[in-house]
Amino acid sequence: MTMTDAMRASDLPAIRMTGVVKTFGAVVANRDAFLDVAAGEIHALVGENGAGKSTLMRVLAGMYAPDAGTVQVNGKDVTGWKTQDAIAAGVGMVHQHFMLVPTLTVAENVILGMEPRKGMQVDLHRAVIEVESLCKKCGLHVDAKAKVADLSVGEAQRVEILKALYRGAKILILDEPTAVLSPPEVRDLWTVLRALKADGGTVVLITHKLDEVIAISDTITVMRGGMTMSRFATEGTTPREIARAMVGRDVQLHLDTQGDADSWVAPVASAPSAAPVLRVTNLSVKSDRGARAVHDLIFEIRPGEILGIAGVEGNGQTELLEAIAGLRAMQSGRIELASHDVSSRSVHERADLGLSHIPEDRHRRGLILDYSIAENLILGRQHHFGSFGTLDAARIATHAAEQVQRFDIRPAMPSLPARALSGGNQQKIVIAREMGREFSVLLAAQPTRGVDVGAIEFIHAQLRAARDAGRGILLVSADLPEVLALSDRIAVMYGGRFVTVLPAAQCTAEQLGPYMTGAAV
Amino acid sequence: MSTEPATPPHVGIGLAGSFLPPLVALAIAAVVGDLLILSFGEAPSAVFRLLVEGTWGNAYGIGQVLYKTTTLVCTGLAFALAGRAGLFNVGAEGQLAAGGFGAAVVGMLLPAGTPALLAVPLCLLAAMLVGAGVGAVPGALRARFGASEVIVTIMLNFIVLAFLNWIVSSTLHVPETLHTPPIVAGMMPRFADGFAAFRGSAANFTIVFAVLAAVANWWYLFRTRSGYALRAVGLQPDAAEYGGVRVPRVLLVTMCLSGALAGLGGMNFVLGYKGYYEEGFAGGAGFLGIAVALVGRNHPFGILGAALLFATLSQGGLAVNAIVPKQLTDILTAVVILAVATAVPEVQKQLRAAAANVTAAFYRDARKGVS
Repeated sequence: MTMTDAMRASDLPAIRMTGVVKTFGAVVANRDAFLDVAAGEIHALVGENGAGKSTLMRVLAGMYAPDAGTVQVNGKDVTGWKTQDAIAAGVGMVHQHFMLVPTLTVAENVILGMEPRKGMQVDLHRAVIEVESLCKKCGLHVDAKAKVADLSVGEAQRVEILKALYRGAKILILDEPTAVLSPPEVRDLWTVLRALKADGGTVVLITHKLDEVIAISDTITVMRGGMTMSRFATEGTTPREIARAMVGRDVQLHLDTQGDADSWVAPVASAPSAAPVLRVTNLSVKSDRGARAVHDLIFEIRPGEILGIAGVEGNGQTELLEAIAGLRAMQSGRIELASHDVSSRSVHERADLGLSHIPEDRHRRGLILDYSIAENLILGRQHHFGSFGTLDAARIATHAAEQVQRFDIRPAMPSLPARALSGGNQQKIVIAREMGREFSVLLAAQPTRGVDVGAIEFIHAQLRAARDAGRGILLVSADLPEVLALSDRIAVMYGGRFVTVLPAAQCTAEQLGPYMTGAAV
Repeated sequence: MSTEPATPPHVGIGLAGSFLPPLVALAIAAVVGDLLILSFGEAPSAVFRLLVEGTWGNAYGIGQVLYKTTTLVCTGLAFALAGRAGLFNVGAEGQLAAGGFGAAVVGMLLPAGTPALLAVPLCLLAAMLVGAGVGAVPGALRARFGASEVIVTIMLNFIVLAFLNWIVSSTLHVPETLHTPPIVAGMMPRFADGFAAFRGSAANFTIVFAVLAAVANWWYLFRTRSGYALRAVGLQPDAAEYGGVRVPRVLLVTMCLSGALAGLGGMNFVLGYKGYYEEGFAGGAGFLGIAVALVGRNHPFGILGAALLFATLSQGGLAVNAIVPKQLTDILTAVVILAVATAVPEVQKQLRAAAANVTAAFYRDARKGVS
């Protein structure tokens, strides 16, 4: 920590939290956590899943009262305040899981609770204008009249940020905001945050991604096991150093190996003569809003190949994967799995022909949160666990015990509901289910979204091992470094088409950027 | 997190977990009951003694309680099964009446002297099929068009009941009455046939079918693939779809099964008690089934207990009518329902989901109207 930082922090910090303790029943989320955030800085709060970052921030935002410790905002003791007090004092929180009304429009969601009025009525026209001008000012692009239910995850995230800004937040807390954003969107967000900072605002950013921490933050606080482990000035620290503080040991970071692309090329990848495991021909798919989301797409994946799709979220990736998985009707085209035409086959039939699918949203699709780990481990495979329509409890239990051990799902209690697990371990349930069986094609959508560095390392290793074992993988990720690090070929998706397909060895983020934004179409 | 939860959080709905809230609710109801009785100038102890003596104190009382329990188990199971799939079936009243009517018609059409071993299953099948048919309407509308089953089942109750009354009063009734001619085959044996002590009470062997239905329900929900799919649809329809479950199909099938369970309850009155279909025999048992399911927390075995409780209160009202108005026990029933609805998170969640379901349907319609 530099001298000036130390002085700034001690001289009326925007946020000072000391000795915060917060428990939920037997679970200790925060034990003696400290946080000092200087006014006008961008502060990164990093740590593995379950390190207590979100809890600490919820205490700050007034959602939880701490069991012990004090919270000061702008020098005033506000320990135990309520959400409304926090909003009134200009503390706004953007949550990892959206708190939006899906049936209302973007503008209606943003103004909810502080609607502009015309007489007795809500002035929706003015709301739309206000929200649109706020969008323009912040560089966050989203259609103010669109229904939230129809938005992509990335767009919904932007609405959440707009909501906080509309309420005049001066201290903005962002809980993993970039987990759902594409690189250009992330850059836009950084612009927003820097503008906010220049305007005298203070930002606390919860994140797992160390490149982001380096890119945007002034100061870093690392948490582990509910405690504050260390505090760094961003200048003069390295991702490796931060990762070590987070995990407590050295970690393999794909950031470090990005330039070293050769080491990721699998031997089988150079066997283009093998028959494709997945062939998509002239596929067109509509979005929920009825617009054409995927246009006449043609591609194939060969065994032992990872085809990565880079692109800003909302350019048809979701619809493409849902169509291949059998979850969305196709308008036209043909999908072949290992030379079987599966265009009109059911989800189960496709799964039985060797299709596995890691869906982009594990809380909506990938898991049934109130089902146990064991029950979740058979989702989509339930027809293989018992005869004559029954379920074989003993086989389900044996299967669960095996998978929990093999994929290191913690806690290793198959009867625990998936809801009780951390994000990383929840994702491991999905990975175990989809990759812990025979498959020839894997659709992997945002496989490491919202999981900690340790789990990312594990999931990447699983994907590489599957590729090396001759599986074909279609990878969609908003995390461009991830696409670059894992893929053999990279397709950039824009407006429902592949605008370019390149061998990964020749790609750089700078090169792909113009395609992703449509500038190079 | 480095700290793992020391005790596993709440897993499913255990039987022990379903017992406590109704007991607390009962305690609250007892306090409210005391106050009400005192306000009538009577001694609570005397009234409660009368209530217990009139229900569990003699064979007749027990018989009446068991008779009422039977219908409530069926309608409670009907509501609970739908609830597990995220459906709010308010139509048990109509399904119950229709099931009873179906059983009565088959019982009348069969030749006299058909052996009970043939006639009873045929009537049972008729009751369940007709109930399923009534349940299929909201099920199909929901599965095909996304119409709120809450609204459709409420409306359909009026239609079904009015339609049955019209058939009965126009063509099937015995002159000067509101009921059909008696059935000639398929009558259920009564308890009184074997045990003289039950003489006069309506208790009959339909209760065996109701208990079997509860066991079958449990098995279906927790031990079969369809039950796994059904509960998945209720918890997270998108995840169920991802898991290869055809969600609209599950919604339709569940509403049919729910209707069939309610229809089964119609046998109790028609085959077990009167021997004919009579206008208004359902008498609110379809709606009370909602409360039974909520208090029984949608668990088949919890529902058996809850049905016994509500049947006891209902019969107890008649027993205490001599010294306090029988509406006293109606109030106690209401207090139990309110206490459970307030105290149990799952019940709150289910009620909120139903409200959201209706709101969403109205919202959709409003949108269509505008555009």
